Amino acid sequence: MASRNISVSETSRPKLPRHTKLKFDETRQVWVILAPERVLAPDEIAVEVLQLCDGARSVAQMVDQLAEKYAAPREAIATDVIAMLQDLADKGFLTEARESTA
Amino acid sequence: MSDTLAGNKTTTAGPTDGLAVLEQTRSAAETYGIPLAVLLEITHRCPLQCPYCSNPVELDRGSTELTTEEWKRVLSELAELGVLQVHFSGGEPTARKDIVELVQHASDVGLYSNLITSAVLLTRDRLSALADAGLSHVQISFQGNEPMVADRVAGLKDAHRKKLEVAKWTRELDMPLTVNAVMHRQNLHQLSDIIQMAVDLDADRLEVANVQYYGWALKNRAALMPTIEQIEETSRIVEEAQVRLKGTLAIDYVVPDYYALRPKKCMGGWGRQFFNISPAGKVLPCHAAESITGLEFESVRSNRSIAWIWQNSEAFNRYRGTGWMPEPCKSCEFREDDFGGCRCQAFALTGDAGNTDPACALSPRHEEIFKQAEQESAGTQNRFLYRNFAGGTLEADGHQDKPHGA
Ligand code: SF4
Ligand code: SF4
Repeated sequence: MASRNISVSETSRPKLPRHTKLKFDETRQVWVILAPERVLAPDEIAVEVLQLCDGARSVAQMVDQLAEKYAAPREAIATDVIAMLQDLADKGFLTEARESTA
Repeated sequence: MSDTLAGNKTTTAGPTDGLAVLEQTRSAAETYGIPLAVLLEITHRCPLQCPYCSNPVELDRGSTELTTEEWKRVLSELAELGVLQVHFSGGEPTARKDIVELVQHASDVGLYSNLITSAVLLTRDRLSALADAGLSHVQISFQGNEPMVADRVAGLKDAHRKKLEVAKWTRELDMPLTVNAVMHRQNLHQLSDIIQMAVDLDADRLEVANVQYYGWALKNRAALMPTIEQIEETSRIVEEAQVRLKGTLAIDYVVPDYYALRPKKCMGGWGRQFFNISPAGKVLPCHAAESITGLEFESVRSNRSIAWIWQNSEAFNRYRGTGWMPEPCKSCEFREDDFGGCRCQAFALTGDAGNTDPACALSPRHEEIFKQAEQESAGTQNRFLYRNFAGGTLEADGHQDKPHGA
């Protein structure tokens, strides 16, 4: 059960669990998250961040990348990204890559 | 299958973080958008004999089932239409030899697949093959928390032990697990233990579903109907557990509508966001819809597309929206909230699917039906009529426990 309740920090390397799928829905022309008994439509920013969650990248690296891309203050981005990822994790849409993963 | 998909929870996630419920963004070009999830009842065969089974009393025989190729064509067509998830159900979906092949095909065409199973036919190898084929979620029905009650309700020896085993394998294979518990008078006393069982099994979700009374369950109503005290106790237990287990186990609760004042929004409204496909290929607005005589349902074996059937067929349009409604629904402020309740229940209890669901306190038939149910709940008729292809078999006398009143 521990694996399901992760706490997101700059050092975490989150990824989507195998049973959560991010996919572009051609019919409705929106991105969707598919999970057991649920279909959600994440907004553009959530999609962008989720696409970076590959289990290899750390949250710190994601924040760097986004801060550079949007020429925005790193601190503000970090706060937003961590809050969003934590929320997704609490809902069961994110898990953490094992410590040993390089 | 059990009855809890009736709530159609696919679109009810509560977004707070920029996640919006998809339903609201669907194509405006269609009056009724294609459902996000579809229930596939791939067979009515099942080794269990649950007396509340939501399959029709007239079961589809194995010989009438769609072939592997036909189901694959259906899966491809659904994916093309914009359906995102499929639920493989039954009967017992793993009674079909081609279940792994069908799940694989669903994955190949981009569908997310859930398995709704009684679990007793699964081996670890088969479950693992299903996981490899892309199965993303397993929902296992339980009839109690220990074999005495559970195996008796299931009408199958050793069923409970097998279910526990398969539930463990599911988690070992890293698939999310939902425990589905169908509750009635003769197992409600086990509810607290069932909740603990779900926690011990490391389930993600527990569905506590009170039996819905049509089809087999209606035949067994006298043996299944809980007392009002039992229901009140149930709600207390569920609410307490929902708070205590927040973050560990999500608990969905389906109240029995006989004891509610307003009926359930069955299927989210007829033909609004749900359809299922029967073993023989009929496209149905509800898994019990075939119990309504006089309605013709189109088949995927016809030369019509599934999209056409969904949009245009007479059976879907008959009770869509609010235009068909008689009084008291017609002028009722709740008509867009519950769409007049359940058509199958209206048919089963009043003989006309176009009546207000008698579960509603405003239905002219409510008093009488509620009284009868109340009397039955206090009765001592505990013998089950088991579900099977022979029209049901009455449980041998003397096998029942002592009645478990509230
Ligand atoms: S008999 Fe029981 S397990 Fe089998 S399909 Fe019906 S409810 Fe499901
Ligand atoms: S009268 Fe009809 S619309 Fe009003 S609450 Fe009852 S079932 Fe629902």
